[in-house]
Amino acid sequence: MSTGTATDAPQKRAPAPATATYRTIARVLGTGAPVYALLIVLLVALAATDPGFYEPDRFLAFVKRAAPLVILAAGQYLVIVCGEFDLSVGAIVTAGVVAAAEVYGTYPDAPWALMTAGLLLAGAAAGLLNGLITTVLRVPSFITTLGMMLILEGAVFYWTGGSPQGRLPEDFRRLGRDTALGWLPWAVLACVVAGVLVVLLMRSDFGRTLVATGDSERAARLAGVRVRRVRVLAFVLSGVAAALAAVLVGGFSGVSAQAGRGYEFEAITAVVLGGVALGGGRGSVVAAMAGAFSLQALFTFLNLQGVSGALESTVQGVIVIAAVGLGAADFSRLRRRAHPPGPPTAAPPAPATPSRTHREGHPHDPQP
Amino acid sequence: MHAKQATHTMLAMHGVSKSFLGVRVLHGVSLDLAAGEVHALVGENGAGKSTLMKVLAGEHVPDEGVITLDGRRHRFSHPAQAQAAGIGIIHQEFALLEHRTVAENVFLGREPTRYGLVDRRAMEDRTARLLADLGEDGIGPRTYVRDLSVARQQTVEIVKALASDVRVLVMDEPTAPLADHEAGLLHALVRRLAARGLGILYISHRLREVFELSQRVTVLKDGRHVTTVRTEDTDTDRIVRAMVGRELSAYYPPRARPEEVGETRLAVRGGGNARLTGIDLTLRAGEITGVAGLQGAGRTSLARALFGAAPFTTGTMTVDGAALRPSAPRQAIRAGVALVTEDRKAEGLALRQSVRDNALLVTRAVPDRERPPAARELTALLEKVRLQARGEHQETRFLSGGNQQKVVIAKWLAARPRVLLFDEPTRGVDVGAKAAIHTLVRDLAREGLAVLIVSSELPELIGMSDRILVMAEGRVAGELPAGATEEEVMRLATAGSQGAATTGPGGAAPDGPTSDGATPPPPSPDPTPPPSTPTPQEGAA
Repeated sequence: MSTGTATDAPQKRAPAPATATYRTIARVLGTGAPVYALLIVLLVALAATDPGFYEPDRFLAFVKRAAPLVILAAGQYLVIVCGEFDLSVGAIVTAGVVAAAEVYGTYPDAPWALMTAGLLLAGAAAGLLNGLITTVLRVPSFITTLGMMLILEGAVFYWTGGSPQGRLPEDFRRLGRDTALGWLPWAVLACVVAGVLVVLLMRSDFGRTLVATGDSERAARLAGVRVRRVRVLAFVLSGVAAALAAVLVGGFSGVSAQAGRGYEFEAITAVVLGGVALGGGRGSVVAAMAGAFSLQALFTFLNLQGVSGALESTVQGVIVIAAVGLGAADFSRLRRRAHPPGPPTAAPPAPATPSRTHREGHPHDPQP
Repeated sequence: MHAKQATHTMLAMHGVSKSFLGVRVLHGVSLDLAAGEVHALVGENGAGKSTLMKVLAGEHVPDEGVITLDGRRHRFSHPAQAQAAGIGIIHQEFALLEHRTVAENVFLGREPTRYGLVDRRAMEDRTARLLADLGEDGIGPRTYVRDLSVARQQTVEIVKALASDVRVLVMDEPTAPLADHEAGLLHALVRRLAARGLGILYISHRLREVFELSQRVTVLKDGRHVTTVRTEDTDTDRIVRAMVGRELSAYYPPRARPEEVGETRLAVRGGGNARLTGIDLTLRAGEITGVAGLQGAGRTSLARALFGAAPFTTGTMTVDGAALRPSAPRQAIRAGVALVTEDRKAEGLALRQSVRDNALLVTRAVPDRERPPAARELTALLEKVRLQARGEHQETRFLSGGNQQKVVIAKWLAARPRVLLFDEPTRGVDVGAKAAIHTLVRDLAREGLAVLIVSSELPELIGMSDRILVMAEGRVAGELPAGATEEEVMRLATAGSQGAATTGPGGAAPDGPTSDGATPPPPSPDPTPPPSTPTPQEGAA
């Protein structure tokens, strides 16, 4: 892998193939390595607790349940990796489900494809608003999306009086409920397609630029990156992901004013669990999605162990703190230490805290 | 001039050494100061002046050396100790709380109390008295600091120091932020303070004010004490020579031959913004133009203005003949202008991204169909800049400074620029990589790029440049041909400086060094009266 560069001086000590392979693996896993280990441990634990867990239909049902969170985590990843937050996704899910039900109440015969497309567009619009407020008005995204969350929740409550009336027709719910070819849930398919798309996106010029922007806004701007546009797009995609999750959630659990409650924090937990640095610039989207699977597996496991579902948010809280404190902060240092042919120069200490003020280096800052 | 000049030594620093991360920045420096004396401290950028003063103020603990104040030996490990011993320091950046009043700032952290509560009246009375003592009746103790001008904020800083009974006052480039008439007022204030028996250590780049104010001058260079002389026994030339006096030791690639210099790539006429005035500049293909000047002279501002990062607000600019005054880096990049910034870690690289992602950042962000796809020629590009890394997937934060800089250069080369601006191209780069970068820069010029280099390292600037623009106070103070000496450069960079009360606001910043007549020591015959505007000279000598 590393043959591309001019020098071979620092490499001459290293037995090339084995080290190169190891390095490639380490690079692909990136900062997400612990989450893959965690996921494997949890899946093994699930198998041990419940021998029937890996029967195809049960396992697919598990994946199906995890699908909305995985999609939300992918969307949340895009926002977090460029240095922002999106707290509004749970509320977008709720609003999406309720809005679909209300529209069906008025036009019971609306085609499902049109309705789905409409929801995705509405999600994009919400994301666009989040992005523009954050970048143009320079309201920190934490506040912008918190406000958006409250606005949407309040609007849903006002609109429905707390108990949504309409119901969703069967063909709209198919994506969340039914299976293709008789065995593959549409939700799993949607999750896989979304996953492939986002991986491709992150390998594209846009994806690389997005990560670089999260890493150093100043460097990106001086390299000609349109920082605002890149960030706004991340918010738009997060909104679309939330709308897609709304379609799935509406499909398998029906209409409720609590449909998306808590999803924003679950998504952030999943992303953090995937080793993605808050503040941006580091972490892979695959690891973030693996974080979502891990979280779902953990909840399933606790459920099987008879732990009260009420403790879910407590567990989540512990995970978020632990993940930021340990894993996400500085796993790479461990990896370097375990890996003798060190970097050619003294490595600067990795930043102790993953969170940075992402407002630094504004275009209108006075220059040094 | 001052009655108390004869008093004997009040403060002595002896054999002070200090290293940072294994790099020695002070080598056994000694300095003494008498009560009532203004002692100037001069030297090039990075000579160690500020570090020495920070040792005195307790901000750095010296590795070796003794500080004696009034016959008592001190070893300060915290600024509060130095302050308690009677040492005050006025930094270039003020440490004032803008949203508090003058009195609150003056007594910050040592407010007089009464029954356990802050005694505002005592605080304000004492501040008013201190201000009155200095004859500063334009400032009230209840005024908010944010409502004061820079000069008055500086006065508040001084009062703040006086309020804690200082004996020694360190002033680090106090006139740098001031307009001319304000500088005059400050000089008067400094004289009054000295007359009251304070010892004043005065750091300045402006030799004129050094000669006006000080009784003695100490020159530092590369962290060493060069000389201490009585001001009246010396002159500007001798001081400049002492500040510079070093050999050109490094090897630099040969300069451009006249026939290698091609057409104009970039031209500016009358460019200006908040930090720059009347910039006229021409960059030509195949030529390396150096920009010299002291800190704050506007060199970085110039590079950033050309790149659109801190745009010109006046004047015209053309790139390859087409009118373009970039208002954002993106526009400059599209036109083929690239800037290698001074602060590599904050502005040049996304440190946690790979060599590859950094090298491709510009081409990804600013796509251009006429350019060959950079991803495919990345390997060749990294070879061209002679990058030494573990591979193109290595994170750039693990690279040495020199290799990081090579990645930055590769990033710009991928975008096929026609004008390449370097701000401190070899800062924080080890000697070997420096030579590689120098060679690379010359090769790029040979390929037909127009290159501009801003550097604080005079040997580098002189060694690399085909001609040198010297900046002072936001203007181009003059142009020197290739092979100019460091003394010529330093003279242009320091002599054009104003700061005397005598000139008044109308006489601000003359075009050349020869036009200011009020310098106390007679200026020695100027070897090269440089053109006051950088009119292009055909193919630098």
